[in-house]
Amino acid sequence: MEAYLIAIAIVSAVYVLLALGLTLQYGMTGIINFGHVGFFAVGAYAAALLAEQGWHPLPAFLAAGVLAAAAAWPLGMVSLRLREDYFAIVSLGFSEVVRLVVTSEKWLTKGVQGIPGIPKLFTGLGVGLPNSLAVLAVLLLVNGLAIYAMRRIVRSPFGRMIEAIRDNEDAVKALGKDPARFKVQVLMLGALLAGFAGAFYAHYIGYISPDQFVPLVTFQIWMAIIMGGVGRVSGALAGTLILMLFLEGSRFLRDVLPFISEVEMASVRLGIVGLALILFTLYRPGGIMGEARRT
Amino acid sequence: MSLEISNLTKAYGGLRVVDDVMISVPTTGITGIIGPNGAGKSTLFSLITGFIEADAGHVSLGSVALDGLPPYRRARAGMVRTFQVPREYTHLSVRENLAAAAPDQTGESLAGLFLTPGKVRAEEKAVAEKVAATLDFLRLTRVADLAAGGLSGGQKKLLELGRALMTGARLILLDEPFAGVNPVLIEELSARIHELNARGTGFLIIEHDLGALSRLVSAMHVMDRGRIIASGTPSAVLSDTAVREAYLGGGGKAA
Repeated sequence: MEAYLIAIAIVSAVYVLLALGLTLQYGMTGIINFGHVGFFAVGAYAAALLAEQGWHPLPAFLAAGVLAAAAAWPLGMVSLRLREDYFAIVSLGFSEVVRLVVTSEKWLTKGVQGIPGIPKLFTGLGVGLPNSLAVLAVLLLVNGLAIYAMRRIVRSPFGRMIEAIRDNEDAVKALGKDPARFKVQVLMLGALLAGFAGAFYAHYIGYISPDQFVPLVTFQIWMAIIMGGVGRVSGALAGTLILMLFLEGSRFLRDVLPFISEVEMASVRLGIVGLALILFTLYRPGGIMGEARRT
Repeated sequence: MSLEISNLTKAYGGLRVVDDVMISVPTTGITGIIGPNGAGKSTLFSLITGFIEADAGHVSLGSVALDGLPPYRRARAGMVRTFQVPREYTHLSVRENLAAAAPDQTGESLAGLFLTPGKVRAEEKAVAEKVAATLDFLRLTRVADLAAGGLSGGQKKLLELGRALMTGARLILLDEPFAGVNPVLIEELSARIHELNARGTGFLIIEHDLGALSRLVSAMHVMDRGRIIASGTPSAVLSDTAVREAYLGGGGKAA
């Protein structure tokens, strides 16, 4: 049971990192990023491949984050000047392109077979504690740093500008500031966090393949921030917890509903999350943490 | 210094919305543009400020050619516009709305923010003082910490003027500043514009409300169906026959 709880906590913490990035992008800046999983995938594959090359985890993780952010740069440069709904489509396309590339570039990524045997972290600690606890501790530390940095950003002139862009981009332009510059940076920051998340995920699960990086992952993160409350850090945390509660809690539904087969259960779980999302948008449109701070 | 507009043209399909417009706007005065609905006034503003690309013609401010530049670069050249329907930052407070318009802030770059926090604090302090002075000047101090989305129509127009002031622009382009504003606030707004002009800020104002505008401006251009049909002092322009036709029938109102 303990191992199960730690496992859920680790996966939750990975999702929180993803949700924080999306909160910065959508909740604070208004960027509709439907391709978040693409940056997650870049981070995961970068970490796995560098580990294969014998890199130490620390530089490998940093490289994973930086590569994901670097992947966001050209995407942002070419498409963030478009209207936000166009960017939504382009970003969704981007994440699918990433998935197709890792599927077809077999020489590098082993294609649909995936990359097995990604080493677990902290296996040589030898202090009697499970290594997964150390992984969780580091993940929480990274989350803490990310939250600290985000809070600083939000309360700064930069944060004021991205919220202004969310509220009215034309006014920002009319007053002499270039919204695209801010949006590209925000896209890259979110991608950086997603890259780190991917690296943790790859090392924790130990095996990655293209079918783990489908758009459904992106939309789960979207559900999390919508349920938690768009535009606030606490919303990203609360929303991820609610999402995990529904995803994992519904696992135990089989004890209550024994007539549903294992395969059907996967659909039922998704259905429950979908239902929760509908109920939230109907009865709690600002999310569990309420509308974003504002005077 | 002046804003020079020459041969500016924009057509949608066969319709020339702005047709070969040629005007010179001094950055020292208050200049008005009037015209019936659909005359092309707002389109002209969007062409001048780069929100819409012109088919032909040139725009320059002082010695700086603005052709082909994006809106934010034109604004930085010293010419800032407001919008017919106010575009306040809804969720930000009135104070934050003004602060966000301050130019060249170190804290608006991530590197500056994390590497030179002292400089950012000092700049923020200076901005806060300038914001307080602007709020005071526009009589908005009372609502300074309310979300801008909740202001009245007139207060939003004042806020837009305040943001334009924060940029330090030489020339401010106001798009129907009096539309939907109550008469008391119109007087207030006019008085502020006069005061600012006396301190050296130029204005170019599109307006429907002929009464308020003619009392405010020193020069006026009349636009009808994309063309400038008359220019001069308010009294001269208002007694012009072509102008009377455009407004009172004969010329008819383009939709």
